[in-house]
Amino acid sequence: MIMPSRSTRNRAFLLSAALATASFSGTTLAEELRLITWGGYAPDDVVAQFEEETGIDVQVTLSNNEDMISKLRATGGAGFDLAQPSQDRVVGVQRQFNIYKPIDFSRVNTDQLQPSMVKATQESTELDGKFYGVPSVWGTSGLIVHSSVADIVSDYTDLCDSGVEGQVSYRLKRPTLIGFAFAMGMDPFAAYDNRDEYETIMTKVEDKLIDCKSNVKTYWTGGDQLLALLRTGEVKAAMAWDAGGWSLNAENPDIRFVAPESGALGWIDTFAIPRRSENEEAAYKWINFVMQPEIAARITNASGNFTASKGADEFVKADLRDAYRESFDDAAINNIKWYPPVPPGLETMEGQVLDRVQAAN
Amino acid sequence: MRSSVSRLSLWLLLTPFLLWIVLLVLLPHLQMLRVSFLVRESWDTLAWGFEQYQNFFTESYYWRTFVRTGVMSLFTTFLTLIIAFPIAWYIARLARGRSKGILFLACLIPFWASELVRTYGWMILLRESGLFSSWLQALGWADGPVEMLYNDVAVIIGLVYNGLLFMVVPLVTTLDGMDENLVEAGYDLGGGHGTVLREIVVPWAMPGIVSGCIVVFMLTLGSYLTPVLMGGKDSAWFTEQIFTQFITRFNWEQGAALGVLLLILSSVIVWLGLKISGQSLRKVMG
Repeated sequence: MIMPSRSTRNRAFLLSAALATASFSGTTLAEELRLITWGGYAPDDVVAQFEEETGIDVQVTLSNNEDMISKLRATGGAGFDLAQPSQDRVVGVQRQFNIYKPIDFSRVNTDQLQPSMVKATQESTELDGKFYGVPSVWGTSGLIVHSSVADIVSDYTDLCDSGVEGQVSYRLKRPTLIGFAFAMGMDPFAAYDNRDEYETIMTKVEDKLIDCKSNVKTYWTGGDQLLALLRTGEVKAAMAWDAGGWSLNAENPDIRFVAPESGALGWIDTFAIPRRSENEEAAYKWINFVMQPEIAARITNASGNFTASKGADEFVKADLRDAYRESFDDAAINNIKWYPPVPPGLETMEGQVLDRVQAAN
Repeated sequence: MRSSVSRLSLWLLLTPFLLWIVLLVLLPHLQMLRVSFLVRESWDTLAWGFEQYQNFFTESYYWRTFVRTGVMSLFTTFLTLIIAFPIAWYIARLARGRSKGILFLACLIPFWASELVRTYGWMILLRESGLFSSWLQALGWADGPVEMLYNDVAVIIGLVYNGLLFMVVPLVTTLDGMDENLVEAGYDLGGGHGTVLREIVVPWAMPGIVSGCIVVFMLTLGSYLTPVLMGGKDSAWFTEQIFTQFITRFNWEQGAALGVLLLILSSVIVWLGLKISGQSLRKVMG
């Protein structure tokens, strides 16, 4: 056995010390942004460009409103650095579960956002004088209709028409309740603060939906499932998101997204920072990065939904812009019903209505 | 000295098992039991109470789904037994040598794919634009597309398919050990096919039948994907309601109460099944 010489040992020591510092600084360098968001809101190429420009590693978890809230509630607002709940689902949840922290608007580059949307989102996500959301992506729910039944279906309640029996689909979720209420000539949003009145509205909607159940092929539960049903022609009319309708329209011009007579339902998805976010800095960097017009346009092209970014429209694919204009004329845009914040407690009531509809036969 | 060493090694061997049981089974269930008795008074105060259990009995859709899930699970288990018995008989008694192994493998292969993939497989076959529908039309037996998905029959097909292997395996094991002479003696003494089956084969296979039934029943009762995906609008299944309470409604208290009730239901039915068939858990599982 040969003893290592003194100099080799010294060198080895130096080397390991160097390695130790390198790996130490390595861990501090490899920053991470854990983002929980919707499908299409963080396209691969956008993530790659962000990682390249900032050196921050982005981990994307795909989710939806309920799942996002459940996950953050389970950990008291930990596990993610940035979330994207819809603006009507922020305040009630924050009051109940305290899972977000206020937005520091001095760190958000509001110059590149549409002022009216910033204001609207601030108003609807305000709690005790603090704002909890920055607008990011918006869209509507309405009807996706095949041209063969276009003369029958022009509003949500038309999905119960016997002419489309067994060929319609919608979700068993709150947008359906709200949409049907509007189509039946009631205004659920105006009744948000009046529990009894809201309950009366929901009872009527419940009866309607139970009546309508035999007309429905299936209640869709995921976007891909719905698109498959429409693509194969098994479903001819459905209540769904505009972006899904436009992507189908690109494949088959007979399928179109229609804003219902009683008004499409408008939502804005926000950026909200979980209370125990471990990298707020990166979260703000991401917000300011993706809201640049060119980047935002790429998100629009990927998800089909338009963003709150100012001036992004000119970078959006032409056919998407055309499909959008075909679905929304000025009157339809003015008729969009924007979701106000949901007061706590209403969702429990709605949940029971939905359960009863699911169990009815 | 010697006994203390062996006792120590016994405890060491038991440790992983005990950790598993306590940390992953016992503690979560106790926690769920605790949550199920909490009542949310306002957004940040909780009190003890039975409200969630009262809800279960006053809101008819909870217990209707509960009963429906139980009845359909029992029926599925029965159907699985009827289908699996001839298969197991053939594999255990009639097939010889290599074909035996191949048949067994054929039962096993579908389970290399996940439940989700198997369910989607059935959906491709059964849906309106699917394979069966187009075959029926090609043969001239149907005028237009036939929808076979999104009803109770589709759900039961999916569930039986998922449970089949877990019924076949214990049946093959018990039938394998049966002495051929017993069957022959039955016929020699003048018994017909029915009598021999009833008096000799079924009693012999009883431990296998009961253990297969218990496993299939538990799997079916706790199944989530198959009823939701294949049942569509009529999918009302109790596990789905539990999922909805936890995830969609943020109502952990109600979800926990429903979970506890499901646990009680399955335990009671298994206990009843053992009593009626005159088996004990030790005999069946050993």
